[in-house]
Amino acid sequence: MTDLTLSPALAPAARWRPGPRHYFRCLQGIVWREWLRFLGQRGRFLSALVRPLVWLGIFAAGFRFTLGISIVPPYQTYIPYEVYVVPGLAVMVQLFNGMQSSLSMVYDREMGSMRVLLTSPLPRWYLLASKLLASVAVSILQVYAFLAIALLWEVQAPWYGYIAVLPALFLSGLMLGAFGLLLSSTIRQLENFAGVMNFVIFPMFFASSALYPLWRVKEANLWLWYICEANPFTHAVELVRFALYGSISWIATAVVLGCLAVFMGLAVWGYDPARGLVGRRGGAE
Amino acid sequence: MIAESRRHEGEKGLRLMSSVVEREDKIRGSAAMGGNAGGAEVPAAASALHIADLSHSYGPRPALKDVSLALRPGEFTVLLGLNGAGKSTLFSLVTRLYAHRAGSIRIFGAAIDRDPATALSLMGVVFQQPTLDLDLSIEQNLRYHGALHGMPRRRLEERIAAELERVDLAGRRRDKARRLSGGQRRRVEIARALLHEPRLLLLDEPTVGLDIESRQFLLDHVRSLCREQGLAVLWATHLIDEVGKDAHVIVLHLGRVLAHGTAAEVLAAAGAGSIREAFDKLIRRGEPGR
Repeated sequence: MTDLTLSPALAPAARWRPGPRHYFRCLQGIVWREWLRFLGQRGRFLSALVRPLVWLGIFAAGFRFTLGISIVPPYQTYIPYEVYVVPGLAVMVQLFNGMQSSLSMVYDREMGSMRVLLTSPLPRWYLLASKLLASVAVSILQVYAFLAIALLWEVQAPWYGYIAVLPALFLSGLMLGAFGLLLSSTIRQLENFAGVMNFVIFPMFFASSALYPLWRVKEANLWLWYICEANPFTHAVELVRFALYGSISWIATAVVLGCLAVFMGLAVWGYDPARGLVGRRGGAE
Repeated sequence: MIAESRRHEGEKGLRLMSSVVEREDKIRGSAAMGGNAGGAEVPAAASALHIADLSHSYGPRPALKDVSLALRPGEFTVLLGLNGAGKSTLFSLVTRLYAHRAGSIRIFGAAIDRDPATALSLMGVVFQQPTLDLDLSIEQNLRYHGALHGMPRRRLEERIAAELERVDLAGRRRDKARRLSGGQRRRVEIARALLHEPRLLLLDEPTVGLDIESRQFLLDHVRSLCREQGLAVLWATHLIDEVGKDAHVIVLHLGRVLAHGTAAEVLAAAGAGSIREAFDKLIRRGEPGR
């Protein structure tokens, strides 16, 4: 082998530093791909809508006669059960979307397409945040479609509620999406995802204020009430519930923001090749 | 933008080079036997890919041990090893899918752990697993990759047209990736890897599962890129017949580099008449306990 001499042709590269335009194009590309995938998977859209509608049309219809709802904030009067349950179902749509997104990341990692994302020269935290934003955009569309169909059940919030709920949905979607990202960094195999459904998603949904007001839970079982209060999903539901009626729950907002920061931080740590779980296990294989 | 910035890299590069060279971190890469020592020295800054004393393990199981190698611009280098030799681990570390804890990896002088943005912007990768999104069209897959590299729209469209032309798939750019054969998908993946005009191309077992014609097309295509564009290529394979007479060869076995040099140098060092014979001899000598 001959000696190499240093010549301009063999010069090392200049440092490449991405500018705002690089970041923007990257975000645009990731969101655009998520939309394309979503539009291409009509079944996903339908199931995202059918799931809460089954709850609203069947479960809520059955429960309205057994579960009276008293006046609880943000409601100003007695409300039928359908009205109570709609914000919880809206956040359920986001919960499932976050899990679907997380599932697709585990799938992408097993199938290899995650590698394409992670070999981008942009910082990994930014790639994950872009992926999260793309997923939240899709979930918000699903929620608005659900709210539109819920009008058929005469569940109608004030008109300004549909605008006020947008930032709330954005925050709750981010928190649940970040939770999904965190899960995807800890799950190595697709098969393990069924366990997540049983041990994470269902307990999260049922031990919350989505289906019943917490004062009733407190009357029935104090420990369950503590669990419901500690459940971030409860606060996401309350954030959306209050926003849909034009008010704000500061506690719910603070809890959702705090959980978002923790989940996102842990997810970025989980995907960091130098420190995280994926790198330690060689899980990106 | 990446391409634009590289037009100015000569001057800046020379400035950066001096600091890198000052570290006197040089690698000895030649047809050495039973280790990584050898004859000529390849300065880190002059290498397209420069790996020194790289070790990695999964828990107690070592996957790579003291791996050192260097690739120069324009070189077609075959990374030859049996399944489980550590090729994919090496690729995962070089592409920073996970981090190395011992040793160093530099791409044109940029350390992958300290300056991943520069290192990754200079690198195109074709992974062993298929990584196209089968529900998207060819051009949608390529646009997504361009976006991940922050490429401007007009430049991206020009590059997509040029690269698809080169792999003879320009007429099928709107076809869903699902409709392509295995060989065509690999061609799209190579076009995608070259979209942002990298200077180093890594291919991990790119011909696995392909028919003879597709394999030959890929080999010829990538070799021509080395000749015509000065691209440095690392081609990982366990198929010995993919080593051409003019190729550089790295033999990797059980996580160790057993030989590194031109095909002729490896043959001479192993005392063999063919690459297959040289490979067999090297593997036997590299077995634990020998």
